[in-house]
Amino acid sequence: MDYVSNTAKEREYMLEEIGVEAIEEIFDSIPKDIRLKRELDVDEGLSELELKRHMKEISEVNNSLEEYTSFLGAGAYDHYIPGIIDHLISRQEFYTAYTPYQAELSQGTLQVIYEYQSMISELTGMDIANASLLDGGSAMAEAVLMAARISRNDKILMSSAIHPSYREVAKTYGDPQGLEFVEIGLDGGTTDLDELENNLDEDTAVIVVQYPNFYGSIEDMKKIKKLKEQYKKVLLLVVANPIALGTLTPPGDFDADIVVGEGQSLGNTLYYGGPYLGYLACKNDRKFIRQMPGRIAGATEDAEGNRGYVLTLQTREQHIRREKATSNMCTNEALNATISTIYMATMGKKGLKEVAEQSFKKAHYLADNIDELEKFEVVNIDNYFHEFWIKTKLPVSKVLAELKEKKILGGLDLAKFKEEKGILLSVTEKRTKEELDEFVQLLEAM
Amino acid sequence: MNIPNDLFYTENHEWISVDGKEAVVGITEHAQEELGDIVFVELPSVEEELDQFEEFGVIESVKAVSDVFMPVSGIIVEVNEDLMDKPELINEDSYGSGWLIKVEVEDKEELEELMDSTDYEAFIEEE
Amino acid sequence: MAERLIIDYSSPGREGYSLPPLEVPDLDMEEQLGKDYLRQDLKFPEVSEVDVVRHYTALSELNYGVDSGIYPLGSCTMKYNPKRNEDIARIEGLANLHPYQDEKDVQGSLKFLFELKQDLAEISGMDEMTLQPASGAHGEFTGLLIIRKYFEDKGIEKSKVIVPDSAHGTNPASATMAGFEIVEIDSNEEGMVDIEKLKEAVDDDVAALMLTNPNTLGIFEKDIQQIADIIHEAGGLLYYDGANLNAVMGYARPGDMDFDVLHLNLHKTFSTPHGGGGPGSGTVGVKEFLKPYLPRPVLDKEDDKYFWDYNRPKSIGKVHGFYGNYGVLIRAYSYIKTLGGRGLKKTTENAVLNANYMKNQLKEEFVLPYEANSLHEFVLSGIKQKEKGGDTLHIAKRLLDYGQYAPTIYFPLVVKEAMMIEPTETENLETLNKFINTLKTISKEVEENPELVKNAPHNTSVRKLDEVKAAREPDLGWQN
Repeated sequence: MDYVSNTAKEREYMLEEIGVEAIEEIFDSIPKDIRLKRELDVDEGLSELELKRHMKEISEVNNSLEEYTSFLGAGAYDHYIPGIIDHLISRQEFYTAYTPYQAELSQGTLQVIYEYQSMISELTGMDIANASLLDGGSAMAEAVLMAARISRNDKILMSSAIHPSYREVAKTYGDPQGLEFVEIGLDGGTTDLDELENNLDEDTAVIVVQYPNFYGSIEDMKKIKKLKEQYKKVLLLVVANPIALGTLTPPGDFDADIVVGEGQSLGNTLYYGGPYLGYLACKNDRKFIRQMPGRIAGATEDAEGNRGYVLTLQTREQHIRREKATSNMCTNEALNATISTIYMATMGKKGLKEVAEQSFKKAHYLADNIDELEKFEVVNIDNYFHEFWIKTKLPVSKVLAELKEKKILGGLDLAKFKEEKGILLSVTEKRTKEELDEFVQLLEAM
Repeated sequence: MNIPNDLFYTENHEWISVDGKEAVVGITEHAQEELGDIVFVELPSVEEELDQFEEFGVIESVKAVSDVFMPVSGIIVEVNEDLMDKPELINEDSYGSGWLIKVEVEDKEELEELMDSTDYEAFIEEE
Repeated sequence: MAERLIIDYSSPGREGYSLPPLEVPDLDMEEQLGKDYLRQDLKFPEVSEVDVVRHYTALSELNYGVDSGIYPLGSCTMKYNPKRNEDIARIEGLANLHPYQDEKDVQGSLKFLFELKQDLAEISGMDEMTLQPASGAHGEFTGLLIIRKYFEDKGIEKSKVIVPDSAHGTNPASATMAGFEIVEIDSNEEGMVDIEKLKEAVDDDVAALMLTNPNTLGIFEKDIQQIADIIHEAGGLLYYDGANLNAVMGYARPGDMDFDVLHLNLHKTFSTPHGGGGPGSGTVGVKEFLKPYLPRPVLDKEDDKYFWDYNRPKSIGKVHGFYGNYGVLIRAYSYIKTLGGRGLKKTTENAVLNANYMKNQLKEEFVLPYEANSLHEFVLSGIKQKEKGGDTLHIAKRLLDYGQYAPTIYFPLVVKEAMMIEPTETENLETLNKFINTLKTISKEVEENPELVKNAPHNTSVRKLDEVKAAREPDLGWQN
C-alpha cells in the first residue's frame, strides 16, 4: 500500500489543469539515457497485517533484554523508564512536528527545549545548554572542536579512561582540523595525572576527562582543576553521566568550561544504540556561547508583551553562516530531548538522586561480594560509581558464556576494545537483591 | 539617505573619516538598513595590523551576517567597546556613536581607491 | 495565555516517580563519596505525575504536526508518518536491545538492517551503504570524510570542494568540517549549474562537487552527465545530497547519474517522523571503490550469519558512538516494506504531480522566477506582494492564522523573497486547493488590508515573536 490519497479521477483532473496527458511527461526533464529502464528491484509491498507478522517474526529471532538479567553498560544504560513518557511523546504534535522555525506555531517544542536546556544546565552546574546533539560520542567530538576554536590551540589531552568509541569519534572529527590527540594512560582505574601534567603546555587546547569514567571510577577533579589553572588558555571538557550527576558534585563546581555527555540514560529506550542524544553545556561567556554548535532556544516576548520562545543565536548555524558555521548541525535529537525533559521532570529533585543512589548502592553490594571470591578481583574496588571493572583468572569469554546460559548478561568483555582485559559491569536501580545474589553464586561456582 | 560628504566609502558599504594619521571606520546608513536590527558585533584586537580590504570584523543581525573590511591598511588603535552591550548604536547612529574602529593609517594614498559621497550615492542607486 | 514552565508547578515535597525498594544494605553517600563529591543540591522540579501529564499535554496543544495539516516545506519532504511504523518500532524484541549484546542475540535485527542497506542501495543506485550517520548533515560530513580519505590513500592532494550558490547551508558547513575549502559557483539564469563557471572552477585541487538533483528549485539538472564528466576528468568526485530523492524514485537513480557518494535523509523521503527537529538518519551510499573507507563497523554477512566487521584498516573511523539511529532505521525499513518498488515509484509520481498542480495554480498570482520544468517542489517569489506592502515573511506568518504551516522562506538564496513549496504525495486534492486558495486570499489581503498581513500572526498562541530581543538579551534557561 502507498499513502497517496488522490484517486485516478482526481489525478486526471490535476493533469488536465497542468495541461499534460500523463504523469510520465513531467519526468521528460530527466534525460532518457539516465532514466531507470526497469522496475526497482525491491520486494512487493505488504499489507499492514503482513508487515506486522513479518516484523514480529524478526523480533522473535532476537533475544532481547526481556529474556535476560543485564549488567551491560558502557555508554548505554538499562534504567527504568516511566510509562508516561511514551504516552506523552506519542502525541502527534510532538513527534510529527518539524523543526520549530515558525516559532508561533511551535511553542510546544520550543518551550520543551527551553526546559531541557534549563535542567541540563542545572544538572551539570553550568550556565547554558544547547538543544541537543546527535549522541554522546559526537557531542564530545564537537566540544573538542569548540574548545580548540576558543583556545586557538590544537593539542588535545584526552584521557584513555574515556569510552574508546568516543575517542575514536573525536579523532574522526579532529583529524581534518589538524588537531593533535595525546591519549593519557591509566593509573589503576583513573587517569594518570602525572602523565597529564607532563603533557600539559601552552599549546594545549583542552583537557578531556569522563566523569565517572569508562571503568566507573571518579577522577580526581580537584587536582585536574588545579592542573588546568597552570595555563590560562587551557579548557576543561568533562564528559559526564547525567544519572550520576543526580548525586555527584557537578563538573561546573570543578571549573569545567564545557560539559557534554550521553543523554540516553535519561528515559530513552536502548534501541540497539540509537537514537540517543548528546547534551552540551557551557559557561555564560560570550566567546563560548558564540562557538556553541547546535540549536538553542531562548525566551522572548511577542508583539503584545506575552512571553514566548524562539530559536535564537542562529547566526552561529549552517543555514545562515554556511561554511563559517560553528558546526554543520541541522537535525538534532529533539524528540529524545523531549523524552529526557519529561524524565527529568518526572523523577525530579528527589527521584534522580534516588536512581543514582540505588544504582550506586546496588553496584557496591555486588562488587563487594564479587571481590570476596577467590577467582575474581574488582580492579577499582576503592573508587567506582555504578559501573566497575573486574579481572579474573578464568577465561573471560567462558565466564560470560556460562552466565549467559543462566540468562545473565554479565557485562562487557573489555577485549572488544583491545586496550584492557576483564569485564565491565554496570548495575542500575532495576536489579533486585535476588538477581545480584544469584550472579555472585554463579561466579562462585565457577 | 544620509551620505555625509566629508567621508570616503567602500563597495562593501564601510565609511572612513580621516584626521591626520588617525581614521575612524564604520558602516553606512544604507548598510545598517539592509542588515536590519543588529544583535552582535565582533571586532579585532587593539594593535592588530591589517591590510586594505582585509576582513576586520563581523556584524550580525538576527538573520544575516556581514563581514566588514578595512578601507585602508593600518594598525587598530581603538575599538568601540560600547557596541558589546549596545550593538543597536550602529542602527541608531551609524556615522556617530555607531563607529566600529579607529585606525592608524599607513598610506593615505590608499584613500584614492575609495569613493566619495557622490560616487557612493550613485553606487547604491545602481545596486 | 502562556503555559507555565514545569518548574513553576513545583511544590516542595511533591513527587511523580516510583522506584522499587533498595533491598540491599544502605550506605551513607557522604561517607562513600566524600564531601567534595557529594552533590549539595539539585534544583529540579518537584511535581506529581498528574502535573507532568497536564503540563506536557498543554505544551503539545501549542504545536502543529503533520497530523494537524499540510506542511509544504521545500526540501523537507514532510510526508505522512505511518502509524503502523510506530507500532512496529515499539515491539519489545526489536527495541529492547543493548548495543553490546552478542551478535548471536540480534540476528533478526541485523538481518533487517542488512536488507534495508540493500534496498537503499538499489533505490539510489549505489554499491554499499552505511547506516551510521544520524542526520543528513552527519551523512554529508561522513561522505566528505570518505572522499578525503580516498585521496589521502591515493597520495593525491586535494583541498577544495565546489558548492553551488543554491545549495543547502549544511553542504558548505560539512565540507569545512571535513577540512576542505569552499568554492561557490553561481547558478545560471535557468537556476542550474553554470557549465562554463564550473569548468573555470574545476582544477587539480578540487576533491568534489556537491549537488542535489533535482536542485533546490525543484529543477532537474539535465546536464548532469556533462557535469559528472567535467569533475571526473579533473580527478574529482561527485557528491549527491539526497534531500530531494522523493522526486526521482523509480525514475532515476543518483548512482546511474555517476555520483560516487551520497547521503539519504530517512526522515524525509522515507517517512520517519521529524520529532520537532530529530531524530533523523542520514545513511551514506558509495560506489565500490570507496567501500574501504566507510565508517566502522560495517554490517556484513557470511553464510547466513550477520556480523559487525571492525577490521577496516582504511576506514575513516567512527562518526557515532554506536551504530547510528537504529530506532529510525526500523521505521524506514517498515516503510519500504509497505510500499514496495511500485509503491515508491507511485510515491514519486504523486509528489511530482501535486507540486506541479500547485505551481500551475499559483504562478499567476505570484512571480515564478524560473520557467523550467520542476519536479517535486517549486520556488515562488513574493516580490510582487512586497511592492504592495507585504513580503514573504509576512505572508508566511499570515498563513499560520489560517491554520496551515508556511513553506520554506528566503531559501534558496538565488531567489529574492523566496517561497520554496513541497507538498509531498500524501496531501489530497482538497488540502492542496485549500492551501492554494489561502495563498491567493493572503495575496489579496496584502493589497486590500496590508496592515493585517504585516502584523500577522493574529490567531496563534503567541503573536509575532521578537527575535531581536532574543538575540540581544539571551535568556536560555529559567535560572537566568
